[in-house]
Amino acid sequence: MSDLLQVKDLETQFRTREGNVHAVNGVSFNLKEGETLGIVGESGCGKTVSMMSLLGLIPVPPGKVVAGEARFEGKDLLKLSNEELRHIRGAKISVVFQDPMTSFNPVLTIGKQTAEPYQIHHNAGKAEAYERAVKYLELVGIPNAKERMNDYPHQFSGGMRQRVMIAMGLICEPQILIADEPTTALDVTIQAQIIELMKKLRDELGMAIIWITHDLGIIAGLAHRVNVMYGGYIVETAPVKSLYKEPQHPYTLGLLGSLPRMDEMSYRRLVSIDGLPPTLLEKPTYCPFEPRCKYAVEKCRYSNPQLSQVEGEDHYVACWVNPKTGKEY
Amino acid sequence: MAEKEVLLKVEDLYKHFPIRKGLFSGSREKVHAVDGISFEIYQGETLGLVGESGCGKSTTGRTILQLYRPTSGSVFFEGEDLAKLKGEALRKKRRYVQMIFQDPYASLNPRMTVGQIIGEPMEIHNTYKGAEQLRRVEELLELVGLNPAFINRYPHEFSGGQRQRIGVARALALQPKLIVCDEPISALDVSIQAQVVNLLEDLQEELGLTYLFIAHDLSMVRHISDRVAVMYLGIIVELADRNELYATPIHPYTKALLSAVPFPDPFIEENRKRIILEGDVPSPVNPPSGCRFRTRCQYAKEICAEEKPEFREVLPGHYAACHFSDELK
Ligand SMILES: Nc1ncnc2c1ncn2[C@@H]1O[C@H](COP(=O)(O)OP(=O)(O)OP(=O)(O)O)[C@@H](O)[C@H]1O
Ligand SMILES: Nc1ncnc2c1ncn2[C@@H]1O[C@H](COP(=O)(O)OP(=O)(O)OP(=O)(O)O)[C@@H](O)[C@H]1O
Ligand code: SF4
Ligand code: SF4
Ligand SMILES: [Mg+2]
Ligand SMILES: [Mg+2]
Repeated sequence: MSDLLQVKDLETQFRTREGNVHAVNGVSFNLKEGETLGIVGESGCGKTVSMMSLLGLIPVPPGKVVAGEARFEGKDLLKLSNEELRHIRGAKISVVFQDPMTSFNPVLTIGKQTAEPYQIHHNAGKAEAYERAVKYLELVGIPNAKERMNDYPHQFSGGMRQRVMIAMGLICEPQILIADEPTTALDVTIQAQIIELMKKLRDELGMAIIWITHDLGIIAGLAHRVNVMYGGYIVETAPVKSLYKEPQHPYTLGLLGSLPRMDEMSYRRLVSIDGLPPTLLEKPTYCPFEPRCKYAVEKCRYSNPQLSQVEGEDHYVACWVNPKTGKEY
Repeated sequence: MAEKEVLLKVEDLYKHFPIRKGLFSGSREKVHAVDGISFEIYQGETLGLVGESGCGKSTTGRTILQLYRPTSGSVFFEGEDLAKLKGEALRKKRRYVQMIFQDPYASLNPRMTVGQIIGEPMEIHNTYKGAEQLRRVEELLELVGLNPAFINRYPHEFSGGQRQRIGVARALALQPKLIVCDEPISALDVSIQAQVVNLLEDLQEELGLTYLFIAHDLSMVRHISDRVAVMYLGIIVELADRNELYATPIHPYTKALLSAVPFPDPFIEENRKRIILEGDVPSPVNPPSGCRFRTRCQYAKEICAEEKPEFREVLPGHYAACHFSDELK
């Protein structure tokens, strides 16, 4: 399958009172047609900012995309004007945000808000957009969608609001859907509903998905490929099975080890990662995970490793040390 | 197994919150937050309490501590009914039952130093004063893995995981016997969650503590608990030894809940069949008649709308509230 989106050396910074925050430090990845790419990592590692940078959605100032390239349909997204980006956002690439309540306008009806992207991007009349909104609300499983078009967001439960957000993201049948922790605030039974729904829609509509989460469980069942982020870098990227079976980066190993598993019959002490995530106030000339890493060697303190291929095809890791042997590659 | 000593016995506990609609309306409506639950916690064990948002977990915890006074029912702690105690008598007993809260920031007074926060309960209960108190605070800081040199710092100078440790130290200040942990790790990053869970486990072993561990992360609850209780809409629907509950759940709600939890393993996820529950949890203001789960239960029959299923011991030590427990076990 061909590459739909190619991101290269993306760097984004924020000016703050404490200094420049190096939120994204040279992120490169490709997204294939129809592929679901998972992006995992803990709070503040740059998951949201890296994606929002692509769509011109970070606040400028304090934010600034300082370097990089993002090829989509022959154009570099990072070079487009706001006007040009507006035609892409919501139409060809759409985003479903984490918190559906703050993403809705509380005084507009669900119907109006769902229909809006279609009206804007397809120059559609009210009636046509309305009909399409009903169709997409039905598609995401809102019962009696037609009758509920005139309801307001507060009349919907959290799970239903998240469904409406997805309907809004899908109504223009985008090629790429970016889902930023769309189920994090939801209960696990509702989360399971939404994930089942997304899998079904993905297969029906053939779109590519970028799914941002800190939950390694969700990604295991959903993604084809996973990027693990730490401190503004992608530190490991691999096909999903390869990543879980043969994790290579000490951070990935730590994350997987810190999760309890439901199928363990005997007690196992959780592996914890000591120390704290980086402050991002400098762009490190060393490995960003070094202060917390059990495998660190001398070299890690003065040289920041780049992603390079290991273990099987298509598996890349940014680390000097092979954790299996404890020795440098 | 040796005779287990009951530390806490909750009997037929109810907590209803009246709803004030208009200023003058004599509305009799109320939230059935906790609607008749009974269980025991044995000395030295961890009882996990799980269920979806709003099912009454926190209310249960707070009512045990008498932070909310029960609408009816009893909370026997070491044989004495806390619900019947008042004033000084209650305060004396209550020092042995402490709570750790979800939000490690909101639950710590930002204008007090760490030393004052941890020392406060000792002031109130007149246990340690002056130099002795200082020593005790330092001891506690060390016990939870914080540097005693931090004693004069303020909460905002700590990370989330460290703030949660401060919360733990404060809960330990009066040598409690039972600690209600209300989602103590939900606000923390995955890599930090394991640190706090390991700490709670170490303290339990060292100090012989008993925990009621409230959480919605079912894998973590399984990891830390000896037995697990599942709540739905104000009642406990199932309670059993954790291995038995997770391997062979009886109640249809427990089955669905467990099947919804994603596994961090793509090889398992690939072939997993989920029970997807339809719709949302009904309102706790007008819970369904008979069995509360019947509006979403695939096994529901006529009797389920008419009669409340009894919470009974279906297998030794394994309780469930379903009319068809014997068929489903
Ligand atoms: N408007 C802003 N001003 C200053 N710093 C910001 C701003 N937005 C983001 N950052 C910083 O950029 C870094 C990356 O943030 P980002 O939102 O991408 O994290 P994330 O991986 O999505 O985390 P989370 O899981 O918490 O959503 C963080 O350190 C954050 O503090
Ligand atoms: N002080 C209160 N006044 C009125 N209603 C309340 C109060 N506290 C809780 N409730 C209601 O009681 C029900 C149970 O709430 P509770 O906080 O115990 O749920 P929970 O299981 O802890 O949920 P969560 O997982 O979201 O923390 C909810 O419907 C809630 O809105
Ligand atoms: S490069 Fe060194 S410090 Fe960084 S993750 Fe690898 S071993 Fe650890
Ligand atoms: S009592 Fe009936 S409705 Fe309730 S869980 Fe059992 S079968 Fe389902
Ligand atoms: Mg984010
Ligand atoms: Mg709660």
